[in-house]
Amino acid sequence: MTEEQQSLAPANPKMTARDVKVFYGPKEAIKGVSIDVAMDNVTAFIGPSGCGKSTFLRTLNRMNDTVASARVEGTITLDGEDIYAPSMDVVQLRARVGMVFQKPNPFPKSIYENIAYGPRIHGLAASKADMDVIVEKSLRRAGLWEEVKDRLQDSGTALSGGQQQRLCIGRAIAVEPEVILMDEPCSALDPIATAKIEELIHELRGRYAIVIVTHNMQQAARVSQRTAFFHLGDLVEYGVTSDIFTNPRQERTKDYITGRYG
Amino acid sequence: MAEHTIKAFDDEMDRLRGLIAEMGGRAEAAIESAMLALQRHDRNLAAQVVADDRKIDAIEAEVEKLAIEIIALRAPMANDLRDVIAALKIVSVVERIGDYAKNIAKRVPSIATNSRTMEPISLLPSMGQVASEMVHDALNAFSARDAELALAVIDRDTVVDDFYNSVFRTLVTFMVENPKTISECAHLLFIAKNIERIGDHATNVAEMVYYAATGQTLPDRDPSTTPATED
Repeated sequence: MTEEQQSLAPANPKMTARDVKVFYGPKEAIKGVSIDVAMDNVTAFIGPSGCGKSTFLRTLNRMNDTVASARVEGTITLDGEDIYAPSMDVVQLRARVGMVFQKPNPFPKSIYENIAYGPRIHGLAASKADMDVIVEKSLRRAGLWEEVKDRLQDSGTALSGGQQQRLCIGRAIAVEPEVILMDEPCSALDPIATAKIEELIHELRGRYAIVIVTHNMQQAARVSQRTAFFHLGDLVEYGVTSDIFTNPRQERTKDYITGRYG
Repeated sequence: MAEHTIKAFDDEMDRLRGLIAEMGGRAEAAIESAMLALQRHDRNLAAQVVADDRKIDAIEAEVEKLAIEIIALRAPMANDLRDVIAALKIVSVVERIGDYAKNIAKRVPSIATNSRTMEPISLLPSMGQVASEMVHDALNAFSARDAELALAVIDRDTVVDDFYNSVFRTLVTFMVENPKTISECAHLLFIAKNIERIGDHATNVAEMVYYAATGQTLPDRDPSTTPATED
């Protein structure tokens, strides 16, 4: 990090990345990114398609491990602990660093089971009563409880797109994560469903460190306190969201957010 | 500056700039005509200045409408956003400048004495000249996104302030010596004050231009150098 970037970095980072590079085969998709993610912030990653923002997001819970050709260099820590260390339990890591994807992907099971699945495999509920509590709490936090409490046995896939996405957020919340990664969580949703997710992100802020990748710059401006602009595998600029959108330091950031890119 | 991917956005921003340039040109012309009308005691020209102020007001309304449309439909960001906000603020200030020129013109019929018999009038055209150049340069700075030129405008405000202080003293002395002219001198004093306010407003425009161009706000100026003002 440059001195300026360092000074703009949040205090008490939840996750840190230092000189992170990602290769897909010989192609360098991320070219040495250093960034701190704070607990009490929503951090937005923006940038044009192919800039590496999703790739970088996926390094934060080792989702790239599932891509055979992907190789990650550099250091990423969660509470100071290297998440790529051999001693790191990846399943445990992904419970602590949950993820919500672009397209809602509920399990083809009941609403109840969608939430209960994670806590069950992580052994978080000792009894059916415990599980009921977790399911209700998770659905409440996901802002979905009132809409589904009378039909918990219905299939998760029968919900609307926006409800499905909130179900997926509830599913991520159910295992008590510390960080939630969201990869364009609203790109398949209509504006009202999008607004509900954004409101939910706002409510979840502070309880979890949230990192959101979005193509929608207005959304980044609305939901985040910090914004990182990626371009061609570089982290071009990272700072307080209101600064990025009113007075970006870098020419490339300015051209992108004002619609002059390319 | 690179063009927007959406060309219509560029067209709208160009139109916004064009309207502000036109408005500034009209305000500048209004100041000059008002001062000329004062010097020549030309009531027709003064009446023209008063009538033309409506056009300045109309452009203000047009810029406001366009700026609101751009904000609603284009969601401008960064320098674009700063330009649109600056444009909105600048037009309301330029509208005020137009009003001051109109006020000066309205006083022309009340001042029967010409400059040859009344020395304090002779200072006013030069003062008006500086103020009108400040308006001109402040709006040029907006068109050119020229922060340096904006700073130069701000620096020049002290010239207008010095003029005002000088005119004030001269007029007071003149009134003491020629009590019959008090009514006319009072009008001249208001005119001087109006010009002084035009200088302040040109300075405000320049500060907005500086912000739009750089993203930084200027620190407050030392108020001790500014004459006591009332809006």
